[in-house]
Amino acid sequence: MSTLIDGLSLGVIYALIALGYTMVYGIAKMLNFAHGDIIMVGAYSVFATLALCGLAFPAILVAVIVCVLLGISVERVAYRPLRGASPLAVLITAIGVSYLLQSIAQLIFGAKPRTVELFSFTPIRIGNSTISGASLLTLGVCIVIMAALTLFVNRTKTGHAMLAVSEDRGAAQLMGINVNRIIMLTFAIGSALAAFASVFYLLYIPSVNPTLGSMPGIKAFTAAVIGGIGSIPGAMIGGVLLGLIETICLRVPALAPFTTSIEFGLLIVILLFKPTGLLGKRRREKV
Amino acid sequence: MSYFRKIAKNFKWKHYIVYIILAAVLLLSALLWQAGVMKRSTATMLNQIGYSIILAVSLNIVVGFLGELSLGHAGFMCAGAYLGTFLYNFLIAAIPSKLLCLCIAMLFGGVVAALLGMLVGLPALRLKGDYLAIVTLAFNEIIGNLCKNIKIFGGGMGLKNEQPYGYSLFIVTFVVVILTLIVLQNLIRSKHGRAITAIRDNEIAAKAMGINVTYYKLFAFTIAAFFAGIAGVLYGAAVSPVKYTNFTFNYSIEILVMVVLGGIGSINGSIIAAAFITYLNLTLTNQLSGDLAALKYLVYALILILVVIFNNAPAMRKYREKLDFKKLSDKLFKKKNSDIRDDSAAWDRIPTKIPMDELLSADLKTQNDSPDTSMPEDRSSHE
Repeated sequence: MSTLIDGLSLGVIYALIALGYTMVYGIAKMLNFAHGDIIMVGAYSVFATLALCGLAFPAILVAVIVCVLLGISVERVAYRPLRGASPLAVLITAIGVSYLLQSIAQLIFGAKPRTVELFSFTPIRIGNSTISGASLLTLGVCIVIMAALTLFVNRTKTGHAMLAVSEDRGAAQLMGINVNRIIMLTFAIGSALAAFASVFYLLYIPSVNPTLGSMPGIKAFTAAVIGGIGSIPGAMIGGVLLGLIETICLRVPALAPFTTSIEFGLLIVILLFKPTGLLGKRRREKV
Repeated sequence: MSYFRKIAKNFKWKHYIVYIILAAVLLLSALLWQAGVMKRSTATMLNQIGYSIILAVSLNIVVGFLGELSLGHAGFMCAGAYLGTFLYNFLIAAIPSKLLCLCIAMLFGGVVAALLGMLVGLPALRLKGDYLAIVTLAFNEIIGNLCKNIKIFGGGMGLKNEQPYGYSLFIVTFVVVILTLIVLQNLIRSKHGRAITAIRDNEIAAKAMGINVTYYKLFAFTIAAFFAGIAGVLYGAAVSPVKYTNFTFNYSIEILVMVVLGGIGSINGSIIAAAFITYLNLTLTNQLSGDLAALKYLVYALILILVVIFNNAPAMRKYREKLDFKKLSDKLFKKKNSDIRDDSAAWDRIPTKIPMDELLSADLKTQNDSPDTSMPEDRSSHE
């Protein structure tokens, strides 16, 4: 029971990050490798604000603002000049940005992990199993965020514009949609989600170091690919699936050391048998 | 006989300049080492430069010539290093000659890595671009994770090398570098190489021309992995213990930085960049300690971003043409009409990047519109 709840809560954290990947991929057609490091920046801004004023809620707010600004500026400086260039070039630049953020964070804060105490929870007992309060909070808030995002994309005009851009950029532009603005907005939303993910990740593991974001980033991308990249419900399903698998593997002693192998092995197997992921649409290649 | 006469007739020094320089470096350093003048740190550095060159050039086969991004090159190297050293430890007890043991270990490590490369290449046949990059990355993580947890490989402590080869390893390494270059250069100029570049330029067109895309993609991956495995064995022969933490994703990126800095698709560039980055890396590691070590990655990051944006951004095209190396050198030596035709053996400038879109829409354009587009050679230098 507690494994299930913990797995689900880790899963929704992955899902939040995966949403950022999948939206950016769907709309800007690029793999934002630096997304994981935006989580790291979010975690550091939580840490810095907490050290300055000691209150949790302003810290979360600051993290969201910093991440959104960072996401927009990264898009503006590094990715926009390369629009229309080969995907390989964009991918390599994104890797560069990821390293840039990591090394800057290390220069400012040092490589030593710093502890962050956001909230403290008392475990809740149900029957004979205990559930950590952090997991429940994560689960609740993340589900609300994901519901809000789904509503935003499917019900509002801007959301429709985003869907249109992901479908066909040229046609969307002809319909009077400002593609650059939509892409910027996508990066902003993705980064805000990353900021929330960083907060919940700090509840899960209360310490922050410069490479904090890279592993969850890669795993969340794995989740996005498993679910079918470009698909919002796919990212959610993939994230939850991956979180559950990771938690279960970590609790089984025989499998625990091989958790990473199992997760990535799953990715490779799924891509082999269903290259578009679980919910992805197949696109035909045209000459 | 006429074959040799033909070769002698077409012989140009500049086609062999890389070999000559590398052989000169090898001879000079070997002499210095025999004379006892060379420092041990220099010998270590030469070894590192050697296997970095092998890594960069072999990654360039995948990134530059096949046109797919592989982020798992360090994984192949890891497999080669672990298995090669494992076999080396066995052999050294039976065979007295270290060199022979090393050669067998290299072949073994290379073959194992090549098999793994084939395994990773299999999903590569169905995936492209970003997906493939992430699969290779996942593979890198899996290899590291397995090496960490398999008992006979020493677990978390790393695999112990019973008898490291010693400082003169760099001589072996450089011989291997030269052999690698001969193999890879000839490969790129062969039918196989042309097929691989054709797939990069337009997969569907290549398929239509009867190129077996599946086979050649797998082939490129396997060859690249083979040489990465050999580089891994050369790495493993110098150090003890061989540790999985050295072959993380970061190291894959470091190799990628070499390829990008040297120019994607340029083997000469990869060689120079590999030597430069390795040198920079060692100097920086010696100078910087603690958190300042992050400066190294800052430099890498800036190299990646700036070089790629300069080479690829549509807005930068004007400056790119102004700074084109070949045009500059033509101007410098007052050479006119520098056609690539008499230069067909120049393996780093294969004129296969045909502007497909422009060819297809040629009837919509006037001929004077852009004279450059009809010359595929000009494009290849921007790749």
